[in-house]
Amino acid sequence: MLQYTVRRLVSIIPVMLIVSVIVFLIVHLTPGNPAYLILGEDSSPEAIEQLEAQLGLDKPMVMQFFDWIKNIFTGDLGQSIYSSEPVTQVIMERVGPTFSLMMMSMALTLLIAIPTAIFVVWRRNTVLDPLFTSASLVGASIPEFWFAMLLVLGLGVAIPIFPVAGYVPIAEGFFTWFYHLILPAFVLAAVEIGLIARMLRDGMLEAVNQDYTKTARAKGVKESIVLMKHVFSNALIPTTTVIGVTVAGLLGGTVIIETIFTIPGIGQLLIDSIHRRDYPVIQGVVLFIAAIYVVINLLVDLLYAFLDPRIRYD
Amino acid sequence: MLKKKRNLLAAGILLLITLMTITASWWLPANALEINSTERLFSPSGEHWFGTDHFGRDIFAQTIVAARVSLIVGVTVALIATILGTITGLIAGYYKKADFIIMRIIDGMLAFPSLLLALALVAALGGSVTNIIIALSFSFWPVMTRIVRSAVLQINSVQYIEAAKTSGISDPVILTRYLLPNVLSPIIVQGTFIFAKAILAEAALSFLGVGVEPSTPTWGNMLQEAQIYISIAPWFSIFPGIAIVLTVLALNMLGDGLRDAFDPHAKSTKKTKRRRGTKQKYAA
Amino acid sequence: MLEVKQLKTQIDTNEGVVKAVDGVSFTVEAGQTVGIVGESGSGKSVLAHSIMQLNPVPPTFYPEGEIIFEGKNLLNLSERELRKIRGNEIAMIFQDPMSSLNPVFKIGDQLVEAVLTHQKMSRQDARARAVELLTDVGIPDPERRMNDYPHQFSGGMRQRVLIAIALACNPKLLIADEPTTALDVTIQAQILELMRDIQKKYGTAIIMITHDLGVVSQMADKVLVMYSGRIVEEGSVEDIFYRPSMPYTWSLLRSLPRLDAEAHERLINIEGQPPNLVSPPKGCNFHPRCPFSTEQCLEVDPELTVRGDGHFAACILSGQEFDSEKKRMEFADKKGVPQ
Repeated sequence: MLQYTVRRLVSIIPVMLIVSVIVFLIVHLTPGNPAYLILGEDSSPEAIEQLEAQLGLDKPMVMQFFDWIKNIFTGDLGQSIYSSEPVTQVIMERVGPTFSLMMMSMALTLLIAIPTAIFVVWRRNTVLDPLFTSASLVGASIPEFWFAMLLVLGLGVAIPIFPVAGYVPIAEGFFTWFYHLILPAFVLAAVEIGLIARMLRDGMLEAVNQDYTKTARAKGVKESIVLMKHVFSNALIPTTTVIGVTVAGLLGGTVIIETIFTIPGIGQLLIDSIHRRDYPVIQGVVLFIAAIYVVINLLVDLLYAFLDPRIRYD
Repeated sequence: MLKKKRNLLAAGILLLITLMTITASWWLPANALEINSTERLFSPSGEHWFGTDHFGRDIFAQTIVAARVSLIVGVTVALIATILGTITGLIAGYYKKADFIIMRIIDGMLAFPSLLLALALVAALGGSVTNIIIALSFSFWPVMTRIVRSAVLQINSVQYIEAAKTSGISDPVILTRYLLPNVLSPIIVQGTFIFAKAILAEAALSFLGVGVEPSTPTWGNMLQEAQIYISIAPWFSIFPGIAIVLTVLALNMLGDGLRDAFDPHAKSTKKTKRRRGTKQKYAA
Repeated sequence: MLEVKQLKTQIDTNEGVVKAVDGVSFTVEAGQTVGIVGESGSGKSVLAHSIMQLNPVPPTFYPEGEIIFEGKNLLNLSERELRKIRGNEIAMIFQDPMSSLNPVFKIGDQLVEAVLTHQKMSRQDARARAVELLTDVGIPDPERRMNDYPHQFSGGMRQRVLIAIALACNPKLLIADEPTTALDVTIQAQILELMRDIQKKYGTAIIMITHDLGVVSQMADKVLVMYSGRIVEEGSVEDIFYRPSMPYTWSLLRSLPRLDAEAHERLINIEGQPPNLVSPPKGCNFHPRCPFSTEQCLEVDPELTVRGDGHFAACILSGQEFDSEKKRMEFADKKGVPQ
């Protein structure tokens, strides 16, 4: 397990290197001079020059890359062109809402997906199973933002139960925080619920006919316990690998959901910065999200190894 | 056979949408997309099946016309990502040294949630149909590379491939004549899913205002405009959305159907149990 | 103790209804070992699973028959009542020890679960009982091995653990479904010896299901030969091995390698495939493969008839007719004359 952990940790290095190259290239892929794009065509040559110097665009590309890597290691992601604040600070100010949203979505995903999968497998010989399979297929085909619009229409406009915009920090009371977040979190979770429930169901249906399940039944163990203990625990292991994919979906989804529900998180910051052509912030946010995603994938892999005794004891 | 019917239904939906959008200019009333200030935000009626938008344009006609760009983006992205992914996947699966480099790059690209990578690229390139296609192709090909590579690795050691190698057949011939035909089925299945994902992603990017130019009609752009009017003209938001769901659902159904058709092991569970083999369940 | 009467087990499939068990009757007395022999596809495994009601329902169903265990018909019991019998009064071990233990739980926990499902005791006592069981089945250093996972055990050791799980509640009947098939020959012998010891110590009755006549000859008090869902011959080990009265049994024996065989004797395979259980052949099920079949066999479906004390066979040939046919064929074989 220790060896596995070390190997997995080392494997992060090349990944993060490629990630930083791609993020670095964002600015250089822009057609024409980024400084022009940022300041507009009719800006003065002095202003352009000054911005080029600030962004380091006057140096050779390789030098720029090494400067950028060096700065990342010192925690310096540059300065926002729009607000002149350090990018790290701009990002940190927006982490709270995104983190809350992701956590609540993840909790909702697991709370809904796990019982659904167990129930469907328990009633596997009924019409429930094909119904569930079709529903998960339809679920995967619905655009997140459109589903959000429908929910806003239904639960925000037609029957106004939930607030459809805004974010309240948890410091101002758990209930209002929860109340403002539940609808966006549910929309964000919806697609992932289908994915995880489907994965668990597939795994459980496979485990249901395995010999060890027969052994458990032959012991006289209740069918409900056979399903929840023996079958579920075996289906859980392959499902953990999808959690990485889920997190990717949630991270991508926050951009859309935060925009629709006007939640001041990282996703909204990214979209705003794209509109403002605030490249340092764009780079910072993309790098930040990618880094988080890499770390989460690492944790998922370690969790997988931990859950499966066949790997843990190798 | 329920499955067969499902596949036919999916193919039918896709064919219908494609035909409608191709032939649109012949049968849609010429003035359907013209601005008409006297017919703003009309609800659905016999004259305007899907209602009208804030400029008085017919939403049904717009939905049909918008399908063109959405489908073109989807199909082009699927093709480019599939071709790129197949080439890199074949090379990575066949040549050990190239494998190391290609897979490090692929791992790095997969470290971005795919929508985020597309967003970053669009931010750099600027929004246009071409740039969206580039951005989405770039975001989706790493997955294809992985799938093709693992398929190649699975059959690479099979005897007839080994035999082909030792009998001096050149690498390009082995790659295209021996390996490619055998990994074609996962490629087609995954290509179908990329088609579906690309339509969803294009809609999302356009909806966020960073996708296709707002003047070009796409489903995402329509929904972006409709958002403000959601409480007074919900039909404006509902119908383009249904168009997306139908198209993507049909593609996903088709992908599932193709996977079942190609993979004899993925048949219905009832059938698996009945197969007689080493894992006899009822016999013996 | 156990009496199976005219049991039919059928499985609903796309190709039709499979008559996996087709009117089987037999009894098992306390402490007795009953061997059930047959090729794969003969329905012996479905029969074993039927007694425990472990066949998945649907597609399996039981249209006819009774399984009387200690006066109760198991086919009429509720799921709840059945659970009280499973693992408690009747236990079962399966063919493949590699896949029959749950890979994600410790051996100890799987044993403790078996103990606690039917017995009220503290977890600590249950663990003590589990260690005792592991000792009984010959697992060295049982206390430490309680905390190991299945993948840390060899195949033979896993089968021992599975036997320990089966013995957790001192069952009156142990059903062993091909317990040694997946194991090496040397391990097979050890497991069989273990089962004999266990039977001596606990007085458990055993139903031993196998395709291996050698296993049966070592273990069984009574042998049932199964073919296409039916019992075609029943008798003591001596009856079956020295006085087979059904051509199928005789063919099975001829397909066994023997140490006393003369050098020029060939092993003789049973030709053909076991019959399709969806639409079995008319008349006697075995006639398409039977070396002695006559036109009569196409019409008459023979029932089990008495051939001696406790010896029954299902064949239209009488004992004498059968003996002369056998001699003729064995003579032909020795001469190398084609049949």
